[in-house]
Amino acid sequence: MNDYNFAYLDEQTKRMIRRALLKAVAIPGYQVPFASREMPMPYGWGTGGVQVTAACLTPEDVLKVIDQGADDTTNAVSIRKFFQRTAGVATTEHTGEATLIQTRHRIPETTLHEGQILVYQVPIPEPLRFLEPRETETRKMHALEDYGLMHVKLYEDIARHGVIATAYAYPVKVEGRYVMDPSPIPKFDNPKLSDSAALQLFGAGREQRIYALPPYTTVVSLDFEDYPFEPTKADHACALCGSAESYLDEVIMDDAGGRMFVCSDTDYCATRRAEQDKSSAKI
Amino acid sequence: MYVAVKGGERAIENAHAFLAEDRRGDPAVPELSVAQIREQMALAVNRVMAEGSLYDPDLAALAIKQARGDLIEAIFLIRAYRTTLPRFGSSKPLDTGAMACHRRISATFKDAPGGQVLGPTFDYTHRLLDFKLMAEGEAPVAPVAEPRREPTPHITEFLNKDGMIEEEAQSDAMPPDLTREPLELPADRALRLQSITRGDEGFILGMAYSTQRGYARNHAFVAELRIGTCSVEMEIPELGFAVEIGEVTLTECETVNQFKGSKTEPAQFTRGYGLVFGQTERKAIAMALVDRALRWKELGEDNSGAPAQDEEFVLYHADNIQATGFLEHIKLPHYVDFQSELELVRKLRAGVPEALREAAE
Amino acid sequence: MTPLLQVRGLTKRYGARIGCADVSFDLWPGEVMGIVGESGSGKSTLLNCLAGHLAPDAGRVIFDTRADGSRDTVTMPEPERRMLGRTDWAFVHQNPRDGLRMGVSAGGNVGERLMAVGARNYGGIRATALDWLGRVEIAADRVDDRPSSFSGGMQQRLQIARNLVTGPRLVFMDEPTGGLDVSVQARLLDLLRGLVRRMGLSAIIVTHDLAVVRLLADRLMVMKSGLVVESGLTDQVLDDPQHAYTQLLVSSVLQV
Ligand SMILES: Nc1ncnc2c1ncn2[C@@H]1O[C@H](COP(=O)(O)OP(=O)(O)O)[C@@H](O)[C@H]1O
Ligand SMILES: [Mg+2]
Repeated sequence: MNDYNFAYLDEQTKRMIRRALLKAVAIPGYQVPFASREMPMPYGWGTGGVQVTAACLTPEDVLKVIDQGADDTTNAVSIRKFFQRTAGVATTEHTGEATLIQTRHRIPETTLHEGQILVYQVPIPEPLRFLEPRETETRKMHALEDYGLMHVKLYEDIARHGVIATAYAYPVKVEGRYVMDPSPIPKFDNPKLSDSAALQLFGAGREQRIYALPPYTTVVSLDFEDYPFEPTKADHACALCGSAESYLDEVIMDDAGGRMFVCSDTDYCATRRAEQDKSSAKI
Repeated sequence: MYVAVKGGERAIENAHAFLAEDRRGDPAVPELSVAQIREQMALAVNRVMAEGSLYDPDLAALAIKQARGDLIEAIFLIRAYRTTLPRFGSSKPLDTGAMACHRRISATFKDAPGGQVLGPTFDYTHRLLDFKLMAEGEAPVAPVAEPRREPTPHITEFLNKDGMIEEEAQSDAMPPDLTREPLELPADRALRLQSITRGDEGFILGMAYSTQRGYARNHAFVAELRIGTCSVEMEIPELGFAVEIGEVTLTECETVNQFKGSKTEPAQFTRGYGLVFGQTERKAIAMALVDRALRWKELGEDNSGAPAQDEEFVLYHADNIQATGFLEHIKLPHYVDFQSELELVRKLRAGVPEALREAAE
Repeated sequence: MTPLLQVRGLTKRYGARIGCADVSFDLWPGEVMGIVGESGSGKSTLLNCLAGHLAPDAGRVIFDTRADGSRDTVTMPEPERRMLGRTDWAFVHQNPRDGLRMGVSAGGNVGERLMAVGARNYGGIRATALDWLGRVEIAADRVDDRPSSFSGGMQQRLQIARNLVTGPRLVFMDEPTGGLDVSVQARLLDLLRGLVRRMGLSAIIVTHDLAVVRLLADRLMVMKSGLVVESGLTDQVLDDPQHAYTQLLVSSVLQV
């Protein structure tokens, strides 16, 4: 693939994306339209994230790609391979070592530090989409800060189910202004959006939108005073590393429906286990 | 002891190898060449060029071969390749009036200058399987007519002369470019036409058909359908004049639609327009109908709430590469979001008294 | 005292056709103004221009805002006008489907305006919604039902509750009793009269039904072909109409 430019996209396109990124960083939570290109992977498989990553990568970067928190899920492998081939950058599975992390559906458990960039793949960037299908309407609602409908949805959830029945892609308000879709991360991850030392960039390729949270941006999950937001997870500890703090995947073990719970963040889990092995070896 | 699933990389490589083997099929059967596809699957090649937005029959044929005949997959390959191509400039507007037509028909006038030319059409074939094609044989030779020297005038021009049809607004403005700028609404007609011409043939056909069945009926006559080659000219700044850089085959459809008018404005027919790469007749006709339906606002018609009148609905859902990607992405892992929903439903169920839960099951 | 609303020279055309032309009047706090006239006389056009749903071609609509005093709502920026629409103003549509969210529960419909202006306590929102359902005579056990399961009269009462819950200072109503059968109309009118009196609401009510204005309006404007042909105190206009058209209107009603 040497016939392609560094990180696949041509420099013109990267410049166009960087302009959109700058605008997005300047107006946190605002969805900036951009002329998404056709990428050699399907729409809906991370083309937005891939374009943002391509526009941000430098040859010195160390890249980590995760899907569902894991480095070894097929789509993560495929995207990492794409950048190894087209950009030749170093890659890592360690959250702390990466300068740029592209993710689908998770925020790593390990706290991010300054200088890191977290790129999210976003399927539907519009938090109001399933309340109002028309883009022309939702853009107006954002412009006029007309967000009553968003809380009506939460009200309806409580009236019907007794709780806010949104488990992932839980809507947030950014710096008291824009309501934003954090991409389909579990709501367990929402608190990590706020006040992060890292730059968070969101790319929606098919929907042609980019948005951003600059470092240390205040991000609040929508809720009611008497029904506060709760970042929930399975009520277990990881069966492999024992962590009671991390988000867990449920794995079905046998035909009888036996199940166990393990960390969704594979790097976090592996690192903890390595440390446990080391300390037990010492003993 | 549970061990987390590993080896995504090897699984992918093996899947690719399996795919390559299956693509070839039985090795005892001779392999298809790209040239064979280009020459003998020409209408598939045309569709891939049209919806891939790249006029290159060889690459389209290659894409069809690589995609094992899955045309949407082939279109996808072409689109992804197209993204990487540098843009040197844009051509001068094509003059379809100067088209060398090998098919040209009108449903509105029995005869007109240039005549009715059926050309290579399926139209009057009886759709009976031709078992002779199972055997290989010599290509039949068709009779040849003297080619027409002078340009074939557009039928709508005759109507235009009497003011019987709305005047097409002339503009030298640079049209917006769907592939370079994000689609923002409301879209002007040029942008809508760009979107429809590369839109999925099946989707555009369905939309057009719905107008015929009464969902925003616009009563279309095919004033003219022409298929043929047009030369492409490009202004070369260093030379200071335009040179011909090639030739493309196009299908153009102009429809004469439902007239408008009032006490103060004389009645006039309106227009729909379709222009598509290659011999792509169904698509061009459908395009003209959908174009016409989307023009309701500028023509002062009522919005009847029909899908084909809804610009946002049509333009946002016409692209099969966007559609298939998003559709198929639901087979990707969603463990994490599913897990969060699983926890939620468990919690909701825990809140419902046992008796009610059993009744519901 | 300043008028709540000062309208000057308000004109709206649809192409060559006149919607309403050169309408001027003042509305004082606590006053209910009726606009009557036959179908097509321009009543809805006028009301929609006043409420910011339609942009007039000429004229001014000066509203005495809580925060900044007198403001021309025709020229104010869209976000501010929308804010007025969710706070100081209310709009009751003739067809409740246009004014309700049919897929949202009755409680959610009433709560929306509260949430739009920042209410964030579910219990409080629900209590207020229940209180308002009671005031418009909808049983508390319907709070979680969707309006699609309500009768036409109930839907209209729900729409009124949804509009009045934030204590607007000016209510626009377009044929609020139209489309309801007579006994349901009477009950709704009774309810409206009670609410208007108790809350001291200012309102502009458009109707072609003189019985409605007789019951609710302090003052009347009579419209014909987009123009106001007569105005005055309700009883005066109805009992002693001056303009020939008003006379016709009154007599035709009396014959019914
Ligand atoms: N959207 C519109 N386009 C064109 N003409 C309209 C429109 N709405 C109303 N009109 C015309 O404006 C006039 C006033 O209509 P309207 O305000 O609806 O009257 P009313 O509410 O008194 O029945 C009528 O002649 C009507 O036909
Ligand atoms: Mg009306």
